[in-house]
Amino acid sequence: MLADPSVALTILVLALFLGFEVISRVPPLLHTPLMSGSNAISGITLVGALVAAGSEHVTLSSWLGFAAVVLATINVVGGFLVTNRMLAMFKRKRAAGGERAGRGGDGAGS
Amino acid sequence: MRAQAIQLAYLLAAVLFTLGLHALSSPRTAPRGNALAAVGMLVAVVATLLMQEVVSLALMLAGLALGSALGALLALRIQMTAMPQMVALLNGFGGGASALVASAELLDYAREGVLPEGIVSVAVVLGVLIGGITLTGSLVAYAKLQELMPGAPVAFRGTNALNLLLLGASVVLGVLVVMDPLELPVYAVLAGLSLLLGVLFVIPIGGADMPVVISLLNAYSGLAACATGFVLGNSGLVISGSLVGASGLILSKIMCDAMNRSLLNVLFGAVGSGSVAGAGAGPTASVKGYTPEDAAVIFGNSRSVIVVPGYGMAVAQAQHAVRELANALERQGIQVRFAIHPVAGRMPGHMNVLLAEADVPYERLVEMDEINPEFPETDVALVLGANDVVNPSARTEKGSPIYGMPILDVDKAKHVFVIKRSMSPGFAGVQNPLFFNDNTMMIFGDAKKTVLAIVEAIRELE
Repeated sequence: MLADPSVALTILVLALFLGFEVISRVPPLLHTPLMSGSNAISGITLVGALVAAGSEHVTLSSWLGFAAVVLATINVVGGFLVTNRMLAMFKRKRAAGGERAGRGGDGAGS
Repeated sequence: MRAQAIQLAYLLAAVLFTLGLHALSSPRTAPRGNALAAVGMLVAVVATLLMQEVVSLALMLAGLALGSALGALLALRIQMTAMPQMVALLNGFGGGASALVASAELLDYAREGVLPEGIVSVAVVLGVLIGGITLTGSLVAYAKLQELMPGAPVAFRGTNALNLLLLGASVVLGVLVVMDPLELPVYAVLAGLSLLLGVLFVIPIGGADMPVVISLLNAYSGLAACATGFVLGNSGLVISGSLVGASGLILSKIMCDAMNRSLLNVLFGAVGSGSVAGAGAGPTASVKGYTPEDAAVIFGNSRSVIVVPGYGMAVAQAQHAVRELANALERQGIQVRFAIHPVAGRMPGHMNVLLAEADVPYERLVEMDEINPEFPETDVALVLGANDVVNPSARTEKGSPIYGMPILDVDKAKHVFVIKRSMSPGFAGVQNPLFFNDNTMMIFGDAKKTVLAIVEAIRELE
């Protein structure tokens, strides 16, 4: 648990900087998979939802938690699966592009 | 001990998320990155299930099963052209989940009669506010993209004033909740207000501005998760939420820059609501319609072609037809490339995904800054369902609402074909002088049918 709010704030600020650094390297080509993938990651709120749904007594708050689990799981599972579907198409393309002789070379990895 | 183990598991998850996002920097490593992130999520969920003192496992497992089934159904059935809607919907669910978690936590505090710490109350307020706005805002964006409601801005006099007023009211309510967190009716009003705000924020924003809105809602869903991290004292949530927040903010900025507009102008400008003074609507310059056969002849005499896809390609599901055209041209030794404007389509990278689906090698997809110098040397530019992103008045007409927006310089190509359903102006409500240029040839018709007709005509000439 986070004992001190200032620790949490420190983590927040550092993580934001990390995020800016990492995300800036993603090429526009992959911006849609980036959105759906990061979207799935934001479903991490599922962890909080599980805690809320799993409390001792079944009360209004555990039903709210249940609803949150459902929504967050759709977010997580849907997000990762659809990202995977998209990225598989980009991957397949490399092979298809490589067969065409002498055109444009293989510009990947830049 | 147990608490420490679970924190370490969350840290591991956060590391995997970061590595996963890092791997998205290249199409080659990206699938592995997505898998890493998914494993990270699994670690976080399993750790929570195993180590939290959870009593009513049944409710949680039922929720997980139901959510997984619905999520998988959505992900596997959705068409690539509908990806913007899909992302909007998932965003909304994530935001809604965060708002629910914040609310459930506050209810728990109230039931036990324990006053939450100050930072927890602030986080609860932010969680429900951002989460609520994300939920309804995303649902409205979904409805617009799915054409369940008009894509044009729905704006009335005083929309912005009302939004500002409601935002001010929710700030006041938020402060009240922080001062007295267990006063639940105030909290309920705040929650309701956040839902209303989400609707009102997105309703006045038009279809072509959707890339910005979706990116921004993406950022919100991350920030809402971040807020719930503060509520639960969970650093894993804080880290992951801020990664997503940063991602959404960067994309919003890229999209705004690509339209040369500020975020405030996109959110509150209601551009495209028809209030724009009809620039160039007066002169009824004549436009000559050409046939697919004419196009085939010109294509046959060319050596280089640049295709400029836009939202119209998505609407007509024309990406596979375009691929066939590219194949037919390449068989004759003609160089074919695709020019991708950052805001073409309805979300960042929309065109790239559609063309990838149609098996166009991604080496042929060229970004705006890279391809613009190539247009003067290009024989044919084929504009397919794009309008504002190729409108030369963005360079010249100071009074135009799109003035200053970076565009693809298709008008500099030797010949320009524009495939369009009618002469109706683009989203920004501005007439496009490109259509009246001497080197521009209009082909009226559905994008998919027209492209297939051109392919057919090229085959007959062979």
